[in-house]
Amino acid sequence: MQPTAETTPMRHIISILLENEAGALSRVSGLFSARGYNIESLTVAPTEDASLSRMTIVTSGSGDVIEQITKQLNKLVEVVKVVDLFEAPHIERELMLIKVRATAKERDDMKRMSDIFRGRIIDVSEDTFTIELTGTGQKLDAFIEALGRSVILETARTGACGISRGQRVLRI
Amino acid sequence: MFKAFGKKSAGIMELSGAEILIKCLQAEKVEYVFGYPGGSVLFIYDELFKQTKVKHVLVRHEQGATHAADGYSRSSRKVGVALVTSGPGVTNAVTGIATAYMDSIPMVVITGQVPTHAIGMDAFQECDAVGITRPCVKHNFLVKDVKDLALTVKKAFYLATTGRPGPVLIDIPKDVSAAKCKFEYPETITMRSYNPVVKGHPGQIKKAMQLLLDAKRPMVYAGGGVILSEAAPQLTKLVKMLGFPCTNTLMGLGGFPATDKHFVGMLGMHGTYEANMAMQHCDVLVAIGARFDDRVIGDPSHFGQVPRKIIHIDIDPSSISKRVKVDVPIVGHLPDVLDDLIRLIEAGKQRPEPKALQAWWAQIDLWRTKNSLRYDRKSKIIKPQFVIEKLYELTKGDAIVTSDVGQHQMWAAQFYKFDKPRRWINSGGLGTMGFGLPAAIGAKLANPGASVVCVTGEASFQMCIQELSTCKQYRLPIKVVNLNNRYMGMVRQWQQLFHGNRYSESYMDALPDFVKLAESYGHVGIRIDKPADVESALKEAFKRTDDLVFMDFITDQTENVYPMVGGGKGLTEMILAEEL
Repeated sequence: MQPTAETTPMRHIISILLENEAGALSRVSGLFSARGYNIESLTVAPTEDASLSRMTIVTSGSGDVIEQITKQLNKLVEVVKVVDLFEAPHIERELMLIKVRATAKERDDMKRMSDIFRGRIIDVSEDTFTIELTGTGQKLDAFIEALGRSVILETARTGACGISRGQRVLRI
Repeated sequence: MFKAFGKKSAGIMELSGAEILIKCLQAEKVEYVFGYPGGSVLFIYDELFKQTKVKHVLVRHEQGATHAADGYSRSSRKVGVALVTSGPGVTNAVTGIATAYMDSIPMVVITGQVPTHAIGMDAFQECDAVGITRPCVKHNFLVKDVKDLALTVKKAFYLATTGRPGPVLIDIPKDVSAAKCKFEYPETITMRSYNPVVKGHPGQIKKAMQLLLDAKRPMVYAGGGVILSEAAPQLTKLVKMLGFPCTNTLMGLGGFPATDKHFVGMLGMHGTYEANMAMQHCDVLVAIGARFDDRVIGDPSHFGQVPRKIIHIDIDPSSISKRVKVDVPIVGHLPDVLDDLIRLIEAGKQRPEPKALQAWWAQIDLWRTKNSLRYDRKSKIIKPQFVIEKLYELTKGDAIVTSDVGQHQMWAAQFYKFDKPRRWINSGGLGTMGFGLPAAIGAKLANPGASVVCVTGEASFQMCIQELSTCKQYRLPIKVVNLNNRYMGMVRQWQQLFHGNRYSESYMDALPDFVKLAESYGHVGIRIDKPADVESALKEAFKRTDDLVFMDFITDQTENVYPMVGGGKGLTEMILAEEL
């Protein structure tokens, strides 16, 4: 059988509006584990309407699997709306805080590298910098790659969140 | 929108959570609650004691409570309600909740919880009821404030019964059932996050109609959704109007009359030869309230080898294109969609092409000559199929038959011809042994005038045997047909066919004397070991209208259920019974 969009796994970003209630997150994560779907990352926070949360899940799966994921998510009672951002042009961003070794002789190099990637140094100590960097997951990966593992002390990444371009909005 | 209960003087009166719960159940017209008391639900039991509208049925194990509520619902289309205590009460109930969930049965399960201040403290009889049951309920709630209780109960009943039905659990901490507040029960409810589709898409229905009318080899495949949504009249009308062959799944039996000439029998792992062949070789298939599960179509890639157009009508979008890709999906409430479809066909001039249909029926009749449900009628040992046939004859097909899980379940499904919905009650999805007797309790209470028969096996029956005591307490004259082959028959059959006759742990040694056992509970027991005595025993049992009669039929140990599609095999790769 020829591989098709239905059968070839691809990365997707699924955005969900759900009731901001205790247990709603575990219903979503439980669904993914119970049915064997992947979660690459998951972020969640209340929206401008505090009764609603917006969750962004990065997952991968064939077209058939993504269709099932969105249907199963819609079936959860607390889920209000589900959108696969990959259906239309969209923007995604991830935030990373990265603590690196920056002793006297490394400090200039580190500063330059951060500037190249449009990072901001938000904390400085005697021999460390903490850099804040925003971008796609690939950009953050590239920054880590460029620095080299040996100077990295710690990273904290938020996982991707995304939004559709233009007129398309996700709201009730 | 709100109707105040209690004193008329503008709701000054405050009620306890327990009182509120009972008032809610009364407002929902709950007739029976199946339950078992314990520490966390003492306030609720105290309120139950003070009133008579909601009757409590005391089971002997919480699994029995959930199965009985389930059987009550399946046989009556009302909501089944169970009430259990925290901790082990909840964990015991889980099997019954999961059973109801897999078969989409509307139930409300009320569980006690330790007081809110003790939650998370590993308190005595504490368990995370909401967490444990999350994957096997349609939805669940932990009520942390008595002010939320009435609305939560309203939501629970609404969720359980609308859309694709299912069990909903309400976890009530002990202090919440004691705390007081003003009581108002909402008459209607809307939830912004929950709006099940009802009407089918007219364009899709039109497409479906065209496919059906142009079909050369049509097939109607109807499942449990037909029973749950009360769509049997519409299904029957559609099939007869078009003159198409119709099959039912295990869950759908009774959705189309089994004695009608258009019925080709149950399909699937133990379906008839003609049903499975027609399913595989049709050119247009309409699936109605069914979900193409593994026991029904076997290996989906084998099923997909034959090109055919598929129309799938279901209330649950996630059931569509899950295992099998379909061409015309229609999401909606089955009776409405089928009514629309029937109207559309009636309004048009086109009818199915008679010649093609005739040729298709000729092919099906040829498959029928395989006589795939054959068995040795001359056997000197009781054949289980024979018992079911006699049971069918004597009850004129009008009994409510519950079953456990295994060979006896399949024989009951194959040999008892169900013409009406809600007569066949079994655990299809989860396949829960121990379901039959408590389900019969629920069915009998919901239908006091009907004959209720529990077809079981000696292995299954022992899984909820304690409910014989419940039957005694409430004087429920259920007839138990025990097909006793001294094996876990279906396990033994698989071991014989697929594991080189190695009967690993499938033999039931040290069986009780079921006759004495039934008698010790105050019931009537009969042992039958000759085919000639089968009919008279059944007659005797049904004559005793006030007694539970346990009939222990000593049946052929080696009998297998045929036809059989092995696990993971294609639908037409059937093993048939030996020629006679």
